[in-house]
Amino acid sequence: MRGVLLAACLTLAVTHASAAPPARVVSVGGAVTEMVYALGAGTALVGADSTSIHPSEAGRLPRVGYMRQLSAEGVLSLKPALVLATAEAGPPAVLEQIRGAGVRLERLHVRHSPEAVRENIRTIADALGRGTAGDALLQRFDADWRATRTRIAGLPTRPRVLFVMAHGGAPMVGGRDTAADAMLELAGAANAASGITGYKPLTAEAALAAAPDVILVTDQALEAGGIDALLQRPGLALTPAGRAKRVATMDAVLLLGFGPRLPQAVDELATKVRAW
Amino acid sequence: MVTAVRAWPRPAGRAPAVLGILCTAVGAAFVASLAVGAFPIGIGRIVEILADMAVPGNASGSFDQDAAVLLSIRLPRAVLAVCTGAGLGMAGAVMQGLFRNPLADPAVIGVSSGAALGAAIAIVGVSLLPTAFRVAGGFLLPGAAFTSAVITTALVYRAGRQDGASGMHSMLLAGIAFNAIAFAGVGTLSFIASDEQLRNLSFWSLGSLGQASRDLVMTSSIAAAVGALLLWRLAPALNALALGAAEAAHLGVDVRGLERRAVLLVALVVGALVAATGVISFVGLVAPHIVRLACGPDHRIVLPGAALFGAALMLAADAVARTVAAPAELPVGVLTTAVGAPFFLGLLLRARRASGL
Repeated sequence: MRGVLLAACLTLAVTHASAAPPARVVSVGGAVTEMVYALGAGTALVGADSTSIHPSEAGRLPRVGYMRQLSAEGVLSLKPALVLATAEAGPPAVLEQIRGAGVRLERLHVRHSPEAVRENIRTIADALGRGTAGDALLQRFDADWRATRTRIAGLPTRPRVLFVMAHGGAPMVGGRDTAADAMLELAGAANAASGITGYKPLTAEAALAAAPDVILVTDQALEAGGIDALLQRPGLALTPAGRAKRVATMDAVLLLGFGPRLPQAVDELATKVRAW
Repeated sequence: MVTAVRAWPRPAGRAPAVLGILCTAVGAAFVASLAVGAFPIGIGRIVEILADMAVPGNASGSFDQDAAVLLSIRLPRAVLAVCTGAGLGMAGAVMQGLFRNPLADPAVIGVSSGAALGAAIAIVGVSLLPTAFRVAGGFLLPGAAFTSAVITTALVYRAGRQDGASGMHSMLLAGIAFNAIAFAGVGTLSFIASDEQLRNLSFWSLGSLGQASRDLVMTSSIAAAVGALLLWRLAPALNALALGAAEAAHLGVDVRGLERRAVLLVALVVGALVAATGVISFVGLVAPHIVRLACGPDHRIVLPGAALFGAALMLAADAVARTVAAPAELPVGVLTTAVGAPFFLGLLLRARRASGL
């Protein structure tokens, strides 16, 4: 295993000798990991956090735990030359210890906008010494984003959508200042829960008052119960969306990740919430 | 305090041997927790690094990652583990003696819930602060947790204090009330909290020794060590109190003064520790019991014994927390409970068999 990894690193080092990319990289944050792979530098990864589940290769990397609860020694034991971490990563004292042990640490934005995604791609490409791959990825991203925006601008309807996050336990709805809210805005839909801020527990009356045309959930949440179980919740069943069984589902990482696939994600969301 | 209390017979029997064993256990656990961890450092290298540190001017100019890991990650953690375990163990023993109730622990007087409220205020409220304050935020959370712990305990003490003899009974009730108020506050703040703040809050309540920076470790450790030494001095008076509040007063113990000092010191020690580590449960409850099962109820033994046992337990639990899920890390509060509770149950069962029940 280590031999294979070493060989892979060596190949990488040879093919990009001029840029001298860091041979061992730990990535913290699902979108960050996705960008590393999109830049073709996946072989340099020696560890990732538990939110890095896309692409599937990322799932086979050693896990350094949840991004907000990193262990300094755990990360250092992977002997990284570079740690790429989202701004959400922590605790701060642990990041300070990692930097104190002589490891380069790059922090990325978590703002929910295409501009932030572009900046992150740039930062990661530069940190990995892959400027050319970064330019190419950005060009592709810009072209895709222009196409998506043009298409959405031409859509006639603006459906009211309620994002329900139900990963076991009480379901929560996504209000303002959430990734879900930003995605709905980008997809030309109205957030039915714009009266609240953050993720809040779903109450029957608030759901009724929000009167969503469409309920949006993640694929992962549906695996836990199915559309029927979701619609049996008091409140949801009586909304316009519930009565007509209009439930849209999307992969959680694609929907909320704000990674390099943002244009595709917005495009898919815009289509799915208008499927009726 | 009065001579009658000081003139208690010398502790005898197994006590010195047990304390000796506990001392050895703490030493061994300390060395072991320096030697293990996710980052591989050979024993030879560890000795070399520590020797370099001991001889000033001997350090080589080049940057040494092994040394950085050992000296700025593992060593502060091990020191914090010793202080946390010792402080919590000693505070638990004092609370059980003061309340004359084997179920008492520092949570009874509102320290933990007060600290949790302070932490929640800091975690949720930090986004409301101007950015200039946030930059120096490393001490914000511990500071808020400590302040809130001490204030809550002071309120419990004020509300529970009665004229006349011992006010421990009403203090217990006041503690329950203030715990409930504090948790209502935490609940309200978790409702306002963003997703991220909620995660931070829930991890804080599981406890970890990994978040502590070197400065924070130093501050908390000094506070805990001084407080623990002062708590130890209460042992003879607690022995008298075990006979009853009136009896202790006849023996010349200033019961009200004892209560005030004990509550204040426990609040300072536990507040300082919880501020650095988050909530670490079970150590304060289980450590005094285990020492009492081994060598009887004399507080002059139970207090230092509980401190030593707590320190050894924390060192062991943290070493496991750091290594078992490497390169990730388990919350240590989960482990102190997972290690401590079965051990405690085993001792209880053995004691029951021995007494033929």
